[in-house]
Amino acid sequence: MPKTAKVVNRREFLKSSSGVALFIGVSGILPQLISCKDVKAMRNQLKQHQLTAWVHLNEDGEITIYNPAAEMGQGSMTSLPLLFAEEMDADWSKVKVEFSPQVAEIYGGKGWAPDSKLMFTVGSRTTNSYYHTMRKAGAQARYVMLNSAAKHWGVPISELTTTASTVFHKKTKKEIRYGALVPFLVLTEELPDFTFEQLKHPKDFRLVGTDIPRTEIPSKVNGKAQFAIDIRLPDMVYGVLERGKRHGARPTLLNEAEILAQDGVLKTIPYAYAIGIVANTLEQALAAKRLLKIDWSASDASGFNSQEVYEAYDKIAAQQETGKVVVEKGDIGNAMRKASKTFTSDFKNDYIYHAQLEPLNAVIQVAEDLESAAVWVGSQQGFDTKLGVPDILGISPEKVTVHLHYLGGGFGRRSMNDFVEECAVLAKEMAPRPVKLIWTREDDVTHGAFRPISLQRLNVYLDAKGQLDGFSHMVVGDGGNLVASGVHNDYYAIPNQFAEWREISHGVRLKHWRSVGHGPNKFAIECMLDEVAMDQGMDPVALRRTLMANSPRALATLEKVVELSDWNGSIAQDRAKGMAFVEHGSLGTGVCEISVDTATGKIKVHHFWIALDAGVIVQPDNVKAQMEGGIIMGMSSVLNERITIKNGEVQQSNFHNYPLLRMEDVPDSIETALITSSEIPEGVGETATPMVAGAIANAFLKLTGKKLRHLPFTPERVLEVLNG
Amino acid sequence: MATYSLNINNEQHTFEASEGTSLLWILREHLGLTGTKYGCGIAQCGACTIHVDGTPVKACMLQVQNFGNGQKITTIEGLSENADHPVQKAWIEVQAPQCGYCQSGQIMQAAALLKEDSQPSREKIKSYMNGVLCRCGTYLRIIDAIELASSKKPLT
Repeated sequence: MPKTAKVVNRREFLKSSSGVALFIGVSGILPQLISCKDVKAMRNQLKQHQLTAWVHLNEDGEITIYNPAAEMGQGSMTSLPLLFAEEMDADWSKVKVEFSPQVAEIYGGKGWAPDSKLMFTVGSRTTNSYYHTMRKAGAQARYVMLNSAAKHWGVPISELTTTASTVFHKKTKKEIRYGALVPFLVLTEELPDFTFEQLKHPKDFRLVGTDIPRTEIPSKVNGKAQFAIDIRLPDMVYGVLERGKRHGARPTLLNEAEILAQDGVLKTIPYAYAIGIVANTLEQALAAKRLLKIDWSASDASGFNSQEVYEAYDKIAAQQETGKVVVEKGDIGNAMRKASKTFTSDFKNDYIYHAQLEPLNAVIQVAEDLESAAVWVGSQQGFDTKLGVPDILGISPEKVTVHLHYLGGGFGRRSMNDFVEECAVLAKEMAPRPVKLIWTREDDVTHGAFRPISLQRLNVYLDAKGQLDGFSHMVVGDGGNLVASGVHNDYYAIPNQFAEWREISHGVRLKHWRSVGHGPNKFAIECMLDEVAMDQGMDPVALRRTLMANSPRALATLEKVVELSDWNGSIAQDRAKGMAFVEHGSLGTGVCEISVDTATGKIKVHHFWIALDAGVIVQPDNVKAQMEGGIIMGMSSVLNERITIKNGEVQQSNFHNYPLLRMEDVPDSIETALITSSEIPEGVGETATPMVAGAIANAFLKLTGKKLRHLPFTPERVLEVLNG
Repeated sequence: MATYSLNINNEQHTFEASEGTSLLWILREHLGLTGTKYGCGIAQCGACTIHVDGTPVKACMLQVQNFGNGQKITTIEGLSENADHPVQKAWIEVQAPQCGYCQSGQIMQAAALLKEDSQPSREKIKSYMNGVLCRCGTYLRIIDAIELASSKKPLT
């Protein structure tokens, strides 16, 4: 990317010909021309002719499309460029994909604040937020090709058509490949600002909706895919930190001299919550870390015992005073007063940890004068595209270059900058030597940022006719939206709804975890519905069918999954099916089939079926992969996972005591039916995971008549419920 | 520090390291064979699975001084000439990876399985592969890929 941009007019651009690149901002109508007097240097910098900020095209017809989103396995490296290529009418076999530079002004998606732009890959927003942007940019690139061919042939642009990187003029039977057009490219003063309606209708898509292999997969089967942890630079040194098991505790290093005397140790660096060590090799840094003698202070987490805290939650739930109101529809008080029947249930969930398989890490090199830095990282980015590094170094964001790498899992953990900031501190100390900071798995677990523990108290009111008239949902827990997301029931026709959040804090680090509050809250909501259905002698499908009467898209997923799972078919006596509906951008209904080993308390999930409406499906097979992964991760968290805290200290440290689901426990099948739609695509990464708890608990209720109300459903807890 | 000479992917690598250094750090940080991944350091996740004389082992548990006697070490980089091992081809065919971080370990374990049993049952696959974790949840596709690679059907 040229460092100094200067706007020039079109004539000036044409005079200097290929020594100029054309950039089109995301929403910019005017193409911004960036001039460089040194044509040679410019050529070297850009290497190829750059059509727009989103694409390069060379004479061989090779098209390089920039992907602005992080790739953590969700397929952005294919889905976003595919949207661009669709509108450009590019020959996909000639397309190469690269990460875009980290420049939010050009490549950012819609931020939270109005008119703001951010580069971040969170909340399953990628495809949805870039759907129009990528297509418009692709259509503009196609327009450049069309306009250039029209001028080249001296024919009206309206008579031209395109397909697979070729422009056609039917009347004269002329055709030219995009690559061959490169010497004849001309630019207009303005590019059309394609509106949604001017883009292709989904029925005319040639690439979108077909199963195109993911572009980065070949590099993930031969060991070549570069994660940040794989970066090695000349003269690089290694950093590790000891952070302690009690979040917020302050360290006092008791044996600094001994540590500094260790082989290869270059420096110890104190942090407010940790002691850092830099050494020549990773093994030296780790060996020194094991020798650290540290006195840890008390912290806000001192005295906190996570397994004994529900009593306190119960007291908060019993208080008269209402918390922060999140949903208020109709008159819940009236529904309560005139209720013919009331149901009350509590639901609980323990802390869980992200367990992304690539431990947190970063490589940073700060220049000798401390005035600039380069960062190699796998990040979901965040509110600061430069990941907090400029603030640490006291330099402007332009002075920080971020090289984004594949993420060995994100799940929300990599939208936090703590690990990058830690590395920046070390790199500043060691400048100009590059520093690779690695969190051990033990660091990653004990200093995790967890999905919060919470309590949900649900009250459901039936009216005189036995109709579901009121639904009240109270969440008690830490972290606001981290516990309160997913309490809305926008697709259920319940006239009176109320949801509130009541706060309690324990000084434990918290973070978004795939699907956030939807996990615990959908568990509570969907279980509550089956509890009502069972009491009323209704089939869970019949109850949801009534509730979804005004939501045809949600209802379609219900009907489809009933068919796919053969809901009404016969089933082995020791098995049962259960269902759950989830909205998380996309809408999905899931059904599972389970059995329970009544001797051990182990739940076995045999099958999972999902019907999903996610609007336009860009890559059908990839969406199915997201459903499969979402269900497996959901099963892992629902059946196995919990972080416990004793006197403020995290009790788990690695996969031996934080067990993830292994292959022996996978279902026989996970089948997904995708509903055909031409609506705007909605996120799919977090819709499957929150189905799991409700579907399993509802199947368990049908099978045993007993209620699972506390996540995770470990064998001990299941036995307790069975014998209770 | 001592000098070691290891046979890795049919090449002799000579380097200096301290006794006791794990083979994982040697491969990744000393020699740049970064396809083998660090996930847990205690043989719980299998991301660092390599072959020593054809047997799948976890590199994080091995120490450099025990492998200088001509043992043949194979990493993902040396599994095949052009990433064309039947397992690798099947992996692409079924689009198994998501984030991809665990997949080197999965592939090395699967390649060893098929060498031992060219037609493993589904139960055998599950038990043989059970030590390799995948957080993205690609297990079902991994099973599909192994079954595909084990079938007589030629791969496209």
